[in-house]
Amino acid sequence: MIWFAWRQFRTQAAVVFGALAVLAVVVIVTGLQLRHWYDISGIANCAAAGDCDTVTSAFTTHYSWLQTLLGNVLIDFFPAVIGVFWGAPLIARELDTGSYRLVWTQSVTRTRWLAAKITIVGAASVAAVGLLSWMVTWWSTPFDKMANNKFDPSVFSERDIAPLGYAAFAFALGVTAGLLIRRTLPAMATTLVGYIAARVVVLIWIRPHFQAPLHATGLLQAPGSDSGLVKLPGATLAPQPGSWLVSSQILDPSGHPTNGRIEVRIGDPCVATHSCLTGYHQTITYQPASRYWPFQWYEMSLFIALAAILIGFCFWQINGRRLPTTSRILPGTRPDTPSRLEKTLDRDPAAHLDRATFTAAERPMTVRGKAGGHRQPDTRDGTDGSSR
Amino acid sequence: MTAVLDTDGLGKRYRRRWALTDCTLKIPAGRVVGLVGPNGAGKSTLLNLAVGLITPTCGRIDVLGTLPARGSAELGRVGFVAQDTPTYSGLSVADHLRMGARLNPGWDRQFAEDRIAQLGLDPAQRAGKLSGGERAQLALTVAVAKRPELLVLDEPVARLDPLARREFLQSLMEVVADQGVSVVLSSHLVADLERVCDHLIILVASRVRLTGDVDQLLATHHLLTGPRRDTDRLPADLHVVQESHTDRQSTLLVRTEAPILDPAWTVGQISLEDLVLAYMSQARAGASNNGHRRLTGVPR
Repeated sequence: MIWFAWRQFRTQAAVVFGALAVLAVVVIVTGLQLRHWYDISGIANCAAAGDCDTVTSAFTTHYSWLQTLLGNVLIDFFPAVIGVFWGAPLIARELDTGSYRLVWTQSVTRTRWLAAKITIVGAASVAAVGLLSWMVTWWSTPFDKMANNKFDPSVFSERDIAPLGYAAFAFALGVTAGLLIRRTLPAMATTLVGYIAARVVVLIWIRPHFQAPLHATGLLQAPGSDSGLVKLPGATLAPQPGSWLVSSQILDPSGHPTNGRIEVRIGDPCVATHSCLTGYHQTITYQPASRYWPFQWYEMSLFIALAAILIGFCFWQINGRRLPTTSRILPGTRPDTPSRLEKTLDRDPAAHLDRATFTAAERPMTVRGKAGGHRQPDTRDGTDGSSR
Repeated sequence: MTAVLDTDGLGKRYRRRWALTDCTLKIPAGRVVGLVGPNGAGKSTLLNLAVGLITPTCGRIDVLGTLPARGSAELGRVGFVAQDTPTYSGLSVADHLRMGARLNPGWDRQFAEDRIAQLGLDPAQRAGKLSGGERAQLALTVAVAKRPELLVLDEPVARLDPLARREFLQSLMEVVADQGVSVVLSSHLVADLERVCDHLIILVASRVRLTGDVDQLLATHHLLTGPRRDTDRLPADLHVVQESHTDRQSTLLVRTEAPILDPAWTVGQISLEDLVLAYMSQARAGASNNGHRRLTGVPR
């Protein structure tokens, strides 16, 4: 079965891995160039020189298009593409085209058939996304070193091992959608929507709570201002570099949160003394940089666990639909049988005339025996013709 | 000898509609069984149940003495050619044979290759480019080369032109003669089945109407023509399947085990096709008239 699953899949695999090979060439060539430019840019010791802004902004212009393409578009959408084009059609296409009737009646159980397909295509999905993530992570290293923001949500999910979990999940979601919806195109659409929804939910509600975030509070440093309105700076209190700033809030002297604006009357003496912000303080919650790798593992494990649940569900479904659970005749679900109709006829004398025709019509008859031998029409309860 | 197909009170419901109702059958081994009925009668449902693609809503079904498709051993004993003979359009003829070889421990490679060569199919041809007849032949080859004890075919010739249809049925008969395999074959065309079947099941509106060996059915059904008379004055062992009356004459299709001795009747033989049509139209009348007798139907 492994061979057959591979035979069905090999063209698609060749296309994707071929494209990845081409991409790898681009990534290696441009990545080496980037490293060279990074080394000569002086970013590594710009802090000592005291002018980091100029060198970093000069460096960021290199291959900015490729940065967007690789680091944002490709790596973000690739798991979804895998789920939509490899996961969803895996079962749905067989059901769509009717070929399941061919393959499910060979001497291979559906469980083994599904196991082989999921092993081959699932492994290829994770491998393809893993390769891309590896390339992107390697290629972006100079930028990431410079910006030191890998924990930021905009970058976190595009580097290292988190995409492996996304790939497994997107694929499993596609397979499940295909099995339940049984039609390829709707299954593909559902997969895309479901995948995006799951990613958003995890990003907003779950990832910040993998570990309880740390808090920090500090007084605001008031910028000198004589305008009537003082706009407060966004995050004057910065956690250590490389951390993920989960939330930041400015509290007034009595401890109530503000919306980030404080109204000051013109001529208020505090303007002159620069004391309008006295008592205002900022509180931030953040995940420290040291938790980057644990969070990568949590993120990947969470999505792999979701994928495992979905795959388990698929195996349960594909078996549950097949197994005829012995000879059950459920009370109440059995349709009207001829015998019940006949009883009705027995109570109605006017219907007697019709019985012969009726029973012949509504009754399966079995003619047994060889020609010339003992013949007996199967009348079961012997009511046929008894009234004539 | 175990029955190839043994069902008891078998029923299948799709949502609210019963596709098969109270189906009780016992088909002995070694027969070529024709399953006949109009479109939508439940033929495909019965055959899909027999190969384990769907599960019954109620009742029991045994195929070759076990639950259908319970494991790979059971799957290997039944060959199936599904309706519209599905194949993988992207795979070549040779790939289909390779698939059969990998997926079936009992695969007869020699037979499969010989048969493809004999049919004149190009092994490198993709299945999607085959004609309907060639595709049906490919599906039959895959189903037979796994060396099943029971071969189930669901309307294999429905979409074929008359020539391809004849060729397909001929090659099916060769396979049956060579391998002694039991066959269940469905069709809505009696003429197809008449040539190949020795056992018949008539299925109309989700119910089994008649089942028996063809010889037996033909020997026990007679077409009687004679002076007009009421059917309730007939002998008790004479079952009227269909009747029509003019002012003076009555024409009856009857089923009886005994010879017709009444000299008033002219006894005629009935063809299998007419017999099937009589049961079908009678069942339809039974359904529409709530069991009341239909007086106008004339066996052709």
